[in-house]
Amino acid sequence: MSNDILVITEHMDGKFSDVSFEMVGKARELASALGGQAVAVVIGSGVDANVFASDSTLHIDDAALSGFNPEAYAKIVEALVKEKSPKAVLFGWTVTGMDVAAWLSAKTGAPCAAYAKDIRVDGGGFVVSCQVYGGKLMAEVAPEGDMAVIACLAGSFPVEAGQGSTAATATASPVDAGSLKVKFVEAIKPAGGDVDITAQAKLVSIGRGIGGKENVELAEELAQALGATVSASRPVVDAGWLPRTRQVGKSGLKVKPKLYLMLGISGAPEHLEGMKSAELIIAINTDKKAPIFNVAHYGATADLFEVAEAMLELL
Amino acid sequence: MNIVVAIKHIPSIADDLPVSGKNVDFDSVDFVLNEWDEHSIEQAVLIKEAVGGTVTVVGVDLIGELDNVLHLALAKGADKVVKITADDPAADSHMQAKWLAEAIKGMGANMVFAGVQASNDLDGQIGPMIAAYLDMPYIGGVSSVEANGDSATVNKEFAGGAGAKYSVSMPFVAGVQAAPKPPRYAPVSKVRQMAQTATIETVSPSGDASAGLAFKNMAPPVATGHAEMIEGSSKEVAAKIVELLKSKGLA
Repeated sequence: MSNDILVITEHMDGKFSDVSFEMVGKARELASALGGQAVAVVIGSGVDANVFASDSTLHIDDAALSGFNPEAYAKIVEALVKEKSPKAVLFGWTVTGMDVAAWLSAKTGAPCAAYAKDIRVDGGGFVVSCQVYGGKLMAEVAPEGDMAVIACLAGSFPVEAGQGSTAATATASPVDAGSLKVKFVEAIKPAGGDVDITAQAKLVSIGRGIGGKENVELAEELAQALGATVSASRPVVDAGWLPRTRQVGKSGLKVKPKLYLMLGISGAPEHLEGMKSAELIIAINTDKKAPIFNVAHYGATADLFEVAEAMLELL
Repeated sequence: MNIVVAIKHIPSIADDLPVSGKNVDFDSVDFVLNEWDEHSIEQAVLIKEAVGGTVTVVGVDLIGELDNVLHLALAKGADKVVKITADDPAADSHMQAKWLAEAIKGMGANMVFAGVQASNDLDGQIGPMIAAYLDMPYIGGVSSVEANGDSATVNKEFAGGAGAKYSVSMPFVAGVQAAPKPPRYAPVSKVRQMAQTATIETVSPSGDASAGLAFKNMAPPVATGHAEMIEGSSKEVAAKIVELLKSKGLA
């Protein structure tokens, strides 16, 4: 067993996501406290892996893995864990990391702490703070045993601490791509043709509280009166009330408008990931304990329909 | 096509979540179906409608109230429902995944669906764990599945509307992010009819796994900041917001 921390980095179109650097920075801090090494793991080809401030970087450079393959990633990480016996494996709690972290935990019997906002070393082990129940509760847990799998929420640690120029060591993939049951066929590009919400100065963003498709029109009217565009949280898009091009958050788009007026969005961590840098955030929600009130600049516990209608009369 | 949907009954986050000791006070909360599970049930029924087959919905009964959820699943088009009677509201994802995997093992599933995540997945989601326990591949973030013989075409979503298309050999486990269509509505009369006529298969938990997490604390997050709250009636709130926006040149 080592005291090393493996970080499973993620990249798309030749670019690493911020969460990769965030985790490498955190891994350095943890490894240094434990007397181990922070090891960045890069899986796939077509990316410059010499960009981390890790103690070492392993690049499993295989052209067959140019597109993300959850089965291949899982088997590669499983093989790496067997070889290196790390103290912890860090994943992003992201659309790719989520495919592998819990699988690795069940496969190896190592505990998994998901929705991780913070990790600290405590008595030779870890204490992980996890933001669960849609951001309403913070659980502090200590993973038991020799190895922990920790899946980190994006935006939890500084990006800069993980940026560097450690030269990567290329290694061959331990997995035969031909034997995989999951095959990457092709990338799907975002649908064009709709307004680009990332380019808008003002957004009126609606959540589950809007109640139904028939009520979207009210948000559209308010947006029009403000010279804004309507965006949404994931449930609104999943319900088919607005197209996916309007979705803000982890599985949607990241926005940074001058105004983000939120109607009926509670503020789950996945949504916050996409909008917390907005310059002015105003949230209207009937739940006075909605997590969004810890992030918004201004808030009101009120009926969004009444407020929207009253605003329309004044604009 | 034999499709199994593994569901999770979880504390509702629409209301307050009181804490007792170092975990949620499960006696004081309502349990609801994980919202992503509605999408995995819908995806399963859509495939059945396209190519035929059966849909079996299976879940762990944590508090003795899963029947309503299973009747709803039947009303939405599931053919068979199974509950694992655990009577343990604190059962973690590992325990539930293990019990579910043991129950699913003998079902001859071509595809197993689970919601891509749940708000109480402190120790990870059940989908990838069921895959690990059953030695099947897992793919999550799934937005559509089409069955073609012994494989399926699966679309996975990445951030920002990007995604990728995969071909996956059966059997496999998919974590459903969203069905291609919004989950269908089941009329109350149909749910009631299922409650009166349907049979729920009951099995005991089998197998042993646990999260391996020692709970140190559970509490609402310590807010680093808080919104300046605008008080008053809805009209007063609206007036203050408009005034604020005008003062900043935003309206």
